[in-house]
Amino acid sequence: MTIKKIRVLVAKVGLDGHDRGAKVLARFLRDAGFEVIYTGLHRTPQEVAMAAVDEDVDVVGISLHSGAHLTLVPKVIKYIEEFGGNPSEMLILVGGIIPTDDIPKLKSQGVDEVFIPGTPIDEIIEYIKTNVAKKKQLLKEKVDQ
Amino acid sequence: MNEVSDLVQGILSGNRRALARAITYVENNYSEGKEIMRQIHKETGKAHIIGLTGFPGVGKSTIVSKLTEEFRSRGKTVGIVAVDPGSPFTGGALLGDRLRMEGFDSSKNLWTDPGVFFRSMSSRGRAGGLAAKTGDVVRLLDAFGFDIIFVETVGAGQSEVDIIEVADTSVVVLMPEIGDDIQISKAGILEIGDIYVVNKADLDGADKTVKWLKAMLLLSEDLVQSLTKFSHADEPKAQNMESLATKSSDWIPPVVKTIAERGDGIKELADAIEDHFEYLKKSSKLEQKREERVKRELLEILMEEIKELVKSKLNYREIIHQIIEGKLDPHTAAEEIVKKLKSVIS
Repeated sequence: MTIKKIRVLVAKVGLDGHDRGAKVLARFLRDAGFEVIYTGLHRTPQEVAMAAVDEDVDVVGISLHSGAHLTLVPKVIKYIEEFGGNPSEMLILVGGIIPTDDIPKLKSQGVDEVFIPGTPIDEIIEYIKTNVAKKKQLLKEKVDQ
Repeated sequence: MNEVSDLVQGILSGNRRALARAITYVENNYSEGKEIMRQIHKETGKAHIIGLTGFPGVGKSTIVSKLTEEFRSRGKTVGIVAVDPGSPFTGGALLGDRLRMEGFDSSKNLWTDPGVFFRSMSSRGRAGGLAAKTGDVVRLLDAFGFDIIFVETVGAGQSEVDIIEVADTSVVVLMPEIGDDIQISKAGILEIGDIYVVNKADLDGADKTVKWLKAMLLLSEDLVQSLTKFSHADEPKAQNMESLATKSSDWIPPVVKTIAERGDGIKELADAIEDHFEYLKKSSKLEQKREERVKRELLEILMEEIKELVKSKLNYREIIHQIIEGKLDPHTAAEEIVKKLKSVIS
């Protein structure tokens, strides 16, 4: 029995050209043994949501430096549901320039965790491993540790 | 909605979330995946499966995107499986084919088009250009009802030719300056194409690459005999060679020049792909191809099952130790195992 590989969608959404962080993260998540799908720049919330459903990812990581996180992130979550996916089965993570005041607002709208600049990569990797395992355990699925 | 019966029902009634989850089960070798494959089998065999292969960076993903746009405008639905390499060290992968797909800034947004389904796959360390389960994923897309299924291989080297086992039509993508006529005449990936594409044809040397390809293709057909009349393959005679070739009833792989980024040559390429499918259907080559595929699949599944059987039922560990200690050699051991299996079958 092969065990499941963790699949992560790394997404850039909206009018925001700052992709260095997303690319570096994608690379480190790859080295942590995850299967990482990178969307490229300037995706719409619908595009990211459809990709999350079709690719059946365990984690959706949305990177924003534009200040539009309170508008765009809830839209992504809404569209995942609209396209037949179940956002509560996925870890929804946000990274980038997010004012600390906005973090609870995002979390109250379905975001699992927010990682701001300076977060050690290992912390993100550990968070994903632990929490995907937790979610899958609830769903009684097997997962690669 | 993660039960086998729900997923099968979902796939057959066009629910893409069910398709996506079923692919995950199959890709990860869950027992549920096997059951799904069993139940959808009779719904497969309708799609035209098109493989695209070629060296890294020649533009395979961009061509897939443009072709998808073209076939959508011809009224076809399109499923895509894009394979990228998985790391042999960590098992991780960076799957970067999807990002070449045309988005909202294009005339047709393929990302949110309900007639398009895109799935990225890691090769998970397998050589050959595809993942172990690519064939099964293609069948899931087929059962779902896509008219056309594109399979994009990892950026291939010279011998990643597994694509011909999955695809009805194999498209080999090249670009100018990938090497001289000797490179092009080498065995492997350059002899498997039903259609050849020279992408980035605005770069220097495109015509030279096309010429070498055409020469190579003509020589690889049964035309050598008629060609021996010519002492030199100079230009006018080379044209003669071509007209000879087209008279032959067999498929002569066309060479199509494209500049995928701009969409140049994409219509011609789509036409060539459709022509090839017509040819396959008319010439009974399609049945031949699919029969070969079934044979290979059956054998592959059988091998896996037999391996498992031998490992679990026989004193496998003991045999291994005996070989290590030199009391037994692997050939004799294998022979003895086969003898035992034979006595059960007959």
